[in-house]
This record gives sequence, C-alpha cells and structure tokens, in this order.
Amino acid sequence: MSKSHMLALFSDFDQASEAIRDLKSSNFEGFKLDDVTLKSPIEHPEIEELLGKRPVYVRIFTFFGALFVPLLGFLFVASSQATFLLQPKGGKPVIPLPPNFVLTYEFFILGGVYMTVLGFFISAKLPMKRNKLYNARVSEDQIGILIKAEDAIMPAIKDLFTRHNPLEIMGGDN
Amino acid sequence: MVNTYEETEVAVEKRFVPKPLDINADIAWAKINKDILRSLERPRPIFWVIFIASFALFLVGVSCEVYQYQTGLGVANLNNPQVWGLYIATFIWWIGMGHSGTLLSALLHIMHADWRKPIYRYSEAMTTFTLLTAALFVLVHLGRIWQFYYVVAYPNERWTWPNFQSPLVWDATAIGTYLTSSLLFLYIGMIPDLAICRDNAIGIRKKLYTFMSLGWMGTDRQWANFRVTYLTLACFLMPLAVSVHSIVSTDFAASQQPGYHITSFPPYFVAGAIYSGLAVIITLFIVLRYTFRFEEYMTMPILEKLAKLTFAAGMVWTYLNLIEYATTWYGNDMYAKQALIYRATGPFAPEWWMMNFLGSVLPFALTFKRVRASIPVMLFMSIFINFGMWLERWMIISPTLAHGIYPWTWDDDQWPSFVQWGIVAGSFGWFNMLFMLYCKIFPSVSMYEVKEMLHERRFFKSTNVATARDPAINPDLAVEGGLAS
Repeated sequence: MSKSHMLALFSDFDQASEAIRDLKSSNFEGFKLDDVTLKSPIEHPEIEELLGKRPVYVRIFTFFGALFVPLLGFLFVASSQATFLLQPKGGKPVIPLPPNFVLTYEFFILGGVYMTVLGFFISAKLPMKRNKLYNARVSEDQIGILIKAEDAIMPAIKDLFTRHNPLEIMGGDN
Repeated sequence: MVNTYEETEVAVEKRFVPKPLDINADIAWAKINKDILRSLERPRPIFWVIFIASFALFLVGVSCEVYQYQTGLGVANLNNPQVWGLYIATFIWWIGMGHSGTLLSALLHIMHADWRKPIYRYSEAMTTFTLLTAALFVLVHLGRIWQFYYVVAYPNERWTWPNFQSPLVWDATAIGTYLTSSLLFLYIGMIPDLAICRDNAIGIRKKLYTFMSLGWMGTDRQWANFRVTYLTLACFLMPLAVSVHSIVSTDFAASQQPGYHITSFPPYFVAGAIYSGLAVIITLFIVLRYTFRFEEYMTMPILEKLAKLTFAAGMVWTYLNLIEYATTWYGNDMYAKQALIYRATGPFAPEWWMMNFLGSVLPFALTFKRVRASIPVMLFMSIFINFGMWLERWMIISPTLAHGIYPWTWDDDQWPSFVQWGIVAGSFGWFNMLFMLYCKIFPSVSMYEVKEMLHERRFFKSTNVATARDPAINPDLAVEGGLAS
C-alpha cells in the first residue's frame, strides 16, 4: 500500500490537540503516532503527553564534546610545550599545569558548544528540504498537523479532522 | 460574613493581580510578525542618519589607521612607558560591553525571566559586534599588524610555539571561544525567526533567509531539539562569559606593575563589564525602540527592569572599586599606594574623579521612578554611565603605566594623539554601522519568543484564576466563606 501526506491547519493549539487525541483513540489500522507531526509557531512541550517523547540526542553530543575536546586541547597544548625545548626552563616544569588548565577550560566550553550545535543539526535533521505540504501560516499563528498514512485510511482521517473544524486541509489525495 | 459569587470573584482577581504586564497580552500573533518584519523594510529616517554618521566615523578611523600603519606607532604618541594608551583601554571597554548581551540573555533564559524575550536578540547581536570591534584594537595597537600570529597556536619556521603561560594567549583563546560561541548562540536562537522571514520575503532576501533557516518547519521534533540545544548553550555561555573577562583581567593582575597586581581584579572586571553592558543595552533599547517602531515590544516596564538591574550592577562595581582602594591603601605595597594617590591627585585626577562620579554616584538617580520612567533621561544616563565605564578602563591603563616602580620611567606627558582618538571614534562608527545593518537585515526582536511570552501569560493567567477559584486548592476561600458558602 502506498502512503501519502495530509496537512490540517487549525486556528489554535487546543483544537489541534483535540484532533490528535481523537486520532489516537480511533485506532486506524496501520496508523502509527510516529507518523504524526505537529507544526507550530512556538514550542508546545505539552504535546508530548499525546505524541510521546520525541528523540533528542543533543545531550549525547554535548557530553562527548565536553569530555574529549578539552582532553584533546590539553594534549595539544602539552605536546607543543613538550616539543619546545629550545628555551631553557630554569627548573620550571616543561608542562605547567595551572596555565594549561585555563586553556583546557576554554576548550571544554568550545567543545561543548560546537558539539551541541552539531548534535542539534543531526538530531533535528537540519538542514532539510521543506515538505511540499508546508504552509507559511504555521510560522505565524496557526497549528498544523501533518499525517503520513496509507491511502486507504486517508478519507477516514480527513473526516476526523473535518469534525474538528480545521481552517484548511491540504494533500491526502495521493 | 457571606460573600456573593461576584464579590468573591472580585476578591480573587484582586488577590491574584498579575504583575504589570511587560507587553500587552492581547497583541495578535500575526501582528507581531507584521511589526517585526516591517522593521526590516521601512525603519524611521533616523536609521539612515545613524548609519551615514557611523560610516563617516568609520572612515575617520580607517584614515587614522592607514596613516599610523604607514608612518609608525609614533604618530599615536605611544611610547615607553605608555605603550597601550587608548587602544587597550577601549579594547577592554568593548570586550566588557559585549559581556552583558550574551550573559544577560543566557542567565535570564535559565531563570525563565520572560521579560528578556523582546530584548535578548539585539543584546546578543551587540555582543557579537562588540567582540568584533574589540578584536580590531588588538591588531591596531600592535602597529605591526602582521605580528599578531605570535599568539596564534601554530608552530612557526623556528618551531617555537606561543607561550601558553602568557595571559595574552589565554586572552586570545578566551575571546575566540566567546566570539564563536556567542555567534552560534545568536544564530541558533534566530533559526525559527529566519524561517518566518523566509516565508514572507522575496528576491535576494528570500534566498538568504532560505539558506540560513536550514529548512526549519517548526515541527515538534525540531522544537524539542531546539529547546534542549538552546538551554545547553545558555549553560555553557554563562561560565564562559565570566571566564572571558576574568582572563582579560589577568592581562593586568598577573603582572608585577603597581596598580595592576590586584587580587580582586577578575570579579571587578566582570562586574564592570556587566555594568557597562547593561548601560549599552539601555542605550540601544531606546534607539531601536524609536528607529524601528518597537514601542509595543520594548516597553517601559522592561526598561524599568533594565534600569534596576543596571543600578544593582553599578553598586556591585562600586563595592569592588572601594575594596580595591581600601586594600591598596591599607596594604603593604607602597608602590601600589603611590599609584593610587597618583591617580587621585596627579594629572589624570579630573578623569579619575569623573569616573567615580559617573560610575558610582550618578546611578543613584536610577532609584527614582521618575528617572526610570523618562526615556530621554534614561538615554543620557546610560550614555554617561558608559562614558564613566570607558574612563574606568582608561584610568586602569594610562595612569598606572605612567607611574610605575622606577621614577626614571615616570612619564605623564603622553596625552593621546589625534590618531588614537580618531581610531577610537572609528570603532564607534564600525560598531554602529554593523549593528544597524544587522537590525536592518535580521529581526532584532525575537518573534517566536514574544509569542511564547504572550502564550505563557494567557495560559498562566487562566490557570491562576482557575486555581484561585478552587476552594480545595485555595483554602483562604473556604475560610472566608467565599465560594463554599
């Protein structure tokens, strides 16, 4: 069975969440909640109660960035000091720890920030090509529900949406 | 006494009177987009006046730099012992100013202070451009610009690396980290707004916004990742901002120069940076509010909060200043004490006393509501406070170098030449030009965060009133007989 997309636009979040709640309880065959995407002009963390927690891998990147980049930074600084033997140290340590810790701290922040941003791009799948069913009103004041489902159940889903007074329904006709 | 439902309703509303609204909660979301996007198209004519004046100042600075480059540092009247002059003083001032933008944004974000939302974007942009401006002075003060690579961490042909024990190298590393991290923080926070710009723009602007918004569609998955990313970045930027100016202070505190070798310098520098940064945020607040017609978003309650914060930062700075004087006065270092007396009574005394007045006494005017409620007065206050903070940096650099340990190095007759003044003026032009250009190309008020602010207000208000009306949750009602009776 082929699948297609449908986007329903609602005037506010409450309407959209009611529609999702109905969709969830309707138990359409072959329909998964993972195939529902909420598009909104602001963040609505409360939608996780209906759609479940979305995967966020950013913190893993942050952890490894904040762990390994300072280590690499320290090794970089220390190894350069170890190779710089032209100047007599006069009894002072070749690899002085206090100043190196200052630089390591900066590398810690640098690694954490860079890897967090990298993690964000990967986890949020950015940059991405915009879906054809995107509507600019979603970035203004409307809430969109994007559904990916089998063609056979699309008319039923469309009916369900219609019961919740959407402003517009796009797609769904393969 | 038995209350009627209406009386109880009124009592509940009175008891749960929300704090004064930072912005009008009834603004339509579509209007927010329209208003902010209009700022990218048609600012008031004053925008062009500021831009052209800034460009002219920038040209003055460039001319002075070209003259200095071709003739030598002597034309700046920089010589031993005055080797830094206005260049490094202004460098610290710009770095300090940049401090508050990102720090304030990150701190208030972590603390869920939603009044930051209409003002954080331009504050972060300010940080980026002040850092870019500050970096210019590092190059300018060298005279031989090409020698900058001495602090860059790569081996030269003699296999000598930079001296990692030098605070100057820490400084370059910290500022580089702060600049790139602040830029990423600014950019990540801007992505949802860039998508709004993309959806409404045409021509070359559409191409730019399409490229920069990375295909953002506002899906729940994107928002979930965005929330975690932005909070994580804020958590990293808070300590980074503190470390940057602490490290800048070690350029001085780690030396043996009397007047520089002071333990309290790192917190003193951080407090001064936050203080001057807040003053600039107020100046830019007033300028942007008028230039881009942001009266509905940059409101008086927000200005008042900024004024209170500035006063608090000013008092912290004053305290640390007094601590510095006291420890020097009662300490055993007679050279440091002489340096302090020299600042207060020597040829730099007028500037030193003016700095203390503008930085420590003038902010007391902010305790008066009438001052905080007047936009012209606040504009002048913020400019004068910042002038005081610029004098502070100059008073750290020049009088101290003019009066070191050895009397034969004393030299207080090195007033900055027109070249130094010209380059300092040029830096203002450069900053203003970049900043105004930014505000013309990118939304300087965050559209999605203002919407979030309104959404939370409405949600909070309805929840609060509902909770307040429930005697099971609010026992006061039951005791007073309110709804229960």
